[in-house]
Amino acid sequence: MITFDSVTKRYPDGTVAVDHLSLEAPTGEVTVFVGPSGCGKTTSLRMINRMIDATEGEILLDGRPVREIDPPTLRRGIGYVIQQAGLFPHKKIVDNIATVPHLLGWDRGKARARAMELLERVGLDPAMGERYPFQLSGGQQQRVGVARALAADPPVLLMDEPFSAVDPIVRTSLQDELLRLQAELNKTIVFVTHDIDEAIKLGDRVAVLRVGGRLAQLADPKTLLSEPADDFVREFLGRDRGIRRLQFVSTEGLRLRTDLTVPEGYEGGRSEPWLLVVTKDGRPLGWIAGDGRGGPEPYGTFRPGQDSMRAALDAALLSPSGCAVAVDEEGKVAGVATREALDAALAEAADA
Amino acid sequence: MNWLTGFFGDPANWSGPGGIPARLLEHVEFSALALVLAMLLAVPLGLLIGHTGRGALLVVVSANLSRALPTLGLLVMFVLLLGTASIWPVIIPLVLLAVPPILVNTYEGVRGVDPELRDAAYGMGLRGGQVLGRVLVPVALPLILLGLRLSAIQVVATTTVAAYTGLGGLGRFVIDGFATKDYASVVGGSVLIVLFALVVQIGFTLVQRTTVSPGVSQRVRSR
Ligand SMILES: Nc1ncnc2c1ncn2[C@@H]1O[C@H](COP(=O)(O)OP(=O)(O)O)[C@@H](O)[C@H]1O
Ligand SMILES: [Mg+2]
Repeated sequence: MITFDSVTKRYPDGTVAVDHLSLEAPTGEVTVFVGPSGCGKTTSLRMINRMIDATEGEILLDGRPVREIDPPTLRRGIGYVIQQAGLFPHKKIVDNIATVPHLLGWDRGKARARAMELLERVGLDPAMGERYPFQLSGGQQQRVGVARALAADPPVLLMDEPFSAVDPIVRTSLQDELLRLQAELNKTIVFVTHDIDEAIKLGDRVAVLRVGGRLAQLADPKTLLSEPADDFVREFLGRDRGIRRLQFVSTEGLRLRTDLTVPEGYEGGRSEPWLLVVTKDGRPLGWIAGDGRGGPEPYGTFRPGQDSMRAALDAALLSPSGCAVAVDEEGKVAGVATREALDAALAEAADA
Repeated sequence: MNWLTGFFGDPANWSGPGGIPARLLEHVEFSALALVLAMLLAVPLGLLIGHTGRGALLVVVSANLSRALPTLGLLVMFVLLLGTASIWPVIIPLVLLAVPPILVNTYEGVRGVDPELRDAAYGMGLRGGQVLGRVLVPVALPLILLGLRLSAIQVVATTTVAAYTGLGGLGRFVIDGFATKDYASVVGGSVLIVLFALVVQIGFTLVQRTTVSPGVSQRVRSR
C-alpha cells in the first residue's frame, strides 16, 4: 500500500504543485490520478519513487517512509513507465527490458530469459528482442516500456500517461492489455492520466485532482459517475456521464425473450413487428419484419452477464428493431432483449 | 609526376633521421601525443560539465578562445619561451588547440541527450555514474568522436606547421624543400601529409563504425 500523508510539494519558484494530499493506493489495485493539465499528477507520482522529494508530509510504502530509502534502491523496486517510453536507444530490446535485473545483479542468462518471457507477456513477437528501439512503432515501444518496468517483478508500478502519445486504436489495445496483465499480476499500480475515460476504464479507484494539487474526490469509478463530489468533478466528468455510468450496470438481470427467433426462409405469419432470423447453427442473420417482407436488417449483439448495459444499449441502437441480440461465448443466439426489457433495466439503474 | 618519382624513388629519402619513415614517425608521435593528452583532459571535463550542468561557462570560453588565438602565434611564443631542446614547446600549443573541439562536442553531446531518456534512466534506479557511463556516453558517442576527429584533423595539420620551429615531422619536407628550392621534396611532402590526413580520417570512421551502437547510428543491416 502507498500512503500519502498530507503531502505538499512547493517548487523552488514558489509553485505549489501538490497541496496537503492525503490518500491511499491499496495493494493490488489500480489507483488513477486524473485531472486537468498542471494539476500536479506527475509531481504526485514522482514523489513516490523520489524522482521528486516532497516538501512537507510523508509518503509511505507499506508503512515505511520513502524518505528513508536510498533513491536508486527504492526505484529498483518500483516499476516506472513514462509517456515516451524512454527506451535506451543504444540497447537492443531484450537488454532494455533486462535493465533492472542487470542492476540487481541477476546473471545474464536469467535476465535474458526473463526479458524474453516478458516480451511475449506484453504481446510482442520474441524476435523483436534483437531489434533496437528506433525499429519499433510508438505502440510497440510503449509495450516494451511496460515490460521493462515489470522485469524485476516489482510489487509497485508507476505509470505517467503511458498511453497518451499513441493513436486511439493502439491506446485501446494497450489499455486492454494492461487490464489483462493486472488480472494476472495484481500489482499495486498508480496510473496518471488527463483522460477521464481512461481513468474510469482502468481505475479501481480514481483520485480527481484540481489545479493547485488538491484532491477533489477519491472514489471508485461507479461512485464517481453517480455521485460527483462537486461542480468541478461534475464538469470534469463531462456531459455523457449518465451513459458512461451504464458501463458499470450489469446485464445479468436483463430479461431475455427466446420466442422472437425464426429460421432462415421465414415468409411471414407472426404478429410481432420484428423477428430475428437465425441460421441453422444458431447464429444471428438479421432482423426481418413480422410479415416476412424485406431483407434481413442489421443487428447488434452483447453477452449477457459479461458486457455492460452500455454495450447492450449500443447493440439495441444498431438495429431498426430497437432490440439487442444476446449471444453466448460461441456467438450463438441466447435470446433477445427488447425495448421493454432494456427500459426496465435502465429504470432500475437510474434508481440505484 | 617526375617530382613525385624523384622524391619517392630516391633511396636516400627512405632512411636516416631525415628519411620518410623517421619523419612520419615523428609526425605520428607529435600528433598522437597531443591528441591523447587533449583527450585525457577534455573528455572527462566535457562529460562532467555536461552531466552536472556546472561549469558550462568554461566550455563557452574555451570555444571562443580557440577561435581567437592564432595557433602559429602560440607555437612561436612557446618555442621562444621554452627553446627547442624538448618537444613540449610544440606539444603544449597543439594540446591547447585540440582541447576545445573535444570539450565542446563532448559537452554538447551529453547535454543534448533527450531529458526523457535521462529521466527514465534515473527512474529505473541507475545511479549518477551509471547514468553517465551506461546511457549518456553511449548515446553521445557520435558527437564525442566528432570532436576527437575535428581535433585530430587540426592537430595533424598544425603539426606540419610545427616544422617551422625546427622540430621534425612531415612538414620538414615542405619547409626545407622551399628553403632549398627542392620542389620534389615540397610536392612529395605535401602528398605524404595529405595521405596521412586521409588515413587518420579513415581510422576515425572505422572507430565510429565499431564503437557506436547501431541503435544510435540507426545503421542496421536489413533482414
Ligand atoms: N520543476 C518545476 N519547477 C517549477 N514548477 C513546476 C516544476 N514541475 C512542475 N511544475 C509546476 O507544478 C504544477 C504541476 O505540474 P505537474 O505535476 O507536471 O502537473 P500534471 O502532471 O498534472 O500536468 C504545474 O503548475 C507546473 O507548471
Ligand atoms: Mg504530467
